[in-house]
Amino acid sequence: MSLQGKRILIAKPGLDGHDVGAKIITLALRDHGADVIYTGIRKSPDYIARTAVDEDVDAVGLSVLSGSHQEMLVATLDQMKAMDAADIKVFIGGTIPPDDHAALVAAGAAGIFTSEMNLEDTIARLEVALA
Amino acid sequence: MPTQKEDEKGIKTPSGIEVPVVVSPDMLDGRTLGKPGEVPFTRGIFPDGFRGRMWTIRQYSGFGSAEESNQRYRFLLDKGQTGLSVALDLPTQCGYDPDDPMATAEAGKVGVSLSNLAEMEILFSDIDLAAISTSFTINGAAAMIFAMYVAAADKAGIPRASLTGTIQNDILKEYVARGTWIFPVKPSMRLIADSILFANKETPRFNPISIAGAHVRDAGCTAVEEIGYTLVNGLAYVDELLRRGGEVDSFAKRLSFFFYVHMDLFEEASKFRAARRIWARIMSERYGAKDPRSLLFRFGVVCGGSSLTAAQPLNNIVRVGIENLAAVLGGAQSIFTCAYDEAFQIPTEQSAEIAVRTQQIIAHESGVANTVDPLGGSYYVEYLTDRMEEKILAVMNEIDDYGGVIKAIEEGYIQMRLAQRAKERKEKVDSGERVVVGVNRYSHEGEEAQFGEVFRLDPGNRRRILEKYQATRDRRDNDAAQAALRRLGIAALTDDENLMPLLIDCCHQYVTVGEMVAELKSHWGEFREPALIG
Repeated sequence: MSLQGKRILIAKPGLDGHDVGAKIITLALRDHGADVIYTGIRKSPDYIARTAVDEDVDAVGLSVLSGSHQEMLVATLDQMKAMDAADIKVFIGGTIPPDDHAALVAAGAAGIFTSEMNLEDTIARLEVALA
Repeated sequence: MPTQKEDEKGIKTPSGIEVPVVVSPDMLDGRTLGKPGEVPFTRGIFPDGFRGRMWTIRQYSGFGSAEESNQRYRFLLDKGQTGLSVALDLPTQCGYDPDDPMATAEAGKVGVSLSNLAEMEILFSDIDLAAISTSFTINGAAAMIFAMYVAAADKAGIPRASLTGTIQNDILKEYVARGTWIFPVKPSMRLIADSILFANKETPRFNPISIAGAHVRDAGCTAVEEIGYTLVNGLAYVDELLRRGGEVDSFAKRLSFFFYVHMDLFEEASKFRAARRIWARIMSERYGAKDPRSLLFRFGVVCGGSSLTAAQPLNNIVRVGIENLAAVLGGAQSIFTCAYDEAFQIPTEQSAEIAVRTQQIIAHESGVANTVDPLGGSYYVEYLTDRMEEKILAVMNEIDDYGGVIKAIEEGYIQMRLAQRAKERKEKVDSGERVVVGVNRYSHEGEEAQFGEVFRLDPGNRRRILEKYQATRDRRDNDAAQAALRRLGIAALTDDENLMPLLIDCCHQYVTVGEMVAELKSHWGEFREPALIG
């Protein structure tokens, strides 16, 4: 299995500037054959949803380390629905306490990745999810 | 003791310096160490080290509203903390008011919301600004917050000259690592030079910049790169200050630095010894500084950050203790120790107290502060210091060869390097090549991370922050506020006036950070992040 041919948008919603994780995952996904667009920091959910649609991606990965993961996920999903793009899977990663995972899944997160997760495992899970 | 296998493949420090099994005297460069407080400053910038003055215990703290942060500060001061360090929320740091659509989800979240002078007054109520030193971690909007602090002192009747503390005010590393940039590089450099030149005159005891390597380090680079990138940034500010008419012996003594301390005890201590030598030499030889104080490489540190783990979090107390020791052995002037739960949340009062106690145990029980530079003359430490110096200079030369740090930032060169380093570090931890206890060795199989007591922000905060913000705007003399803002805008159009007095006028009229930033943005534009190419 590989991510060859998959288009993925890695996005930093809100004002959080902690972009190490987003950049690591961007480089790692490229190593595994994916076509990755990284938005850069400080993007609005609206911008992210529009970019996802315009770039015709298979998945969006939101990176949030400011504690605003729930708000940012919901806002992005709402925008994607409004653009008839609810079929694009949205994953979320960052500093996310275990207690918050259930609410993110309930809100529509296709998967949750935290910084201590092994990079190879993260890629493998994505390969399955996007197969 | 290294096993035979490890011995064959060689052991290197995290910066890639060969670690001999035993260091012998002939491995040293034979350089003169000098005395503490004297050129080349390897052994420290003060002749009496910590006997003359203990380092400042300065915990980064702040969250929610100004009222809640004020309460936490008074708690920390009560526990024996000797300086304040204000954590600001992201909207304030990025120059957005709490009612901005970009800001609403983040107001008061990772720091305190400080949109105008009224909030600054609440933040320091019952705290004597003349008696406490305060550090502000703010960069893109640093000049505005510095102006607000001066305005708060003015209003409280405290002489500006008595203010002590530090404002981070280091935009260059924001472009590559921390991300709270606002304006493009050129006007940002002007704003920084203006605030430094203003401070030299009006608040001579205040450090108007803290040139920070901490964030590039936490973003992935090595200790060598951390010092190298920071020194080139420091020199870029020196060049800008000279361009703005500053004199090296007026401003250089007020330049300060800020770094991370991670886990390799001797490499971390050595990097500071090497950095002191390099800085003193450049200030003297390249810039012709004559005042001995212009040569002093003064720095604060933070212990913890990305070296901490969410798994088995109590282990972080030990990590921070070792890093704290490295900082003391390296001769830090102020130290912030992260709380053990800081890898994943805002510290609780209990974890925040342990972090302060760690410093106090090292200061008062361990005995390491009793003599200056106790590592001086250690074969290994002197060998490492020599090697660090060589490698730091190589990093600085690499940036010079690229065309200077500003070009390297605008073209995304340093950003790409950091991303690659971060990925390498992650892969080394994943593969087990780099041991992290509790994560890739001695981990509890299948165990969920135990976070212990969880810190929760009051969910009513955001509403209260917005209400207070609106009330202050309703109450102020709006004509006077708009007039101050217009004067700021006019001065921003040309390069000849120092903007600090105009920003202070704005603050006195309760002009908000968001308004000042928006006004300047309308003339200067915004920084555009280069694409991640690799």
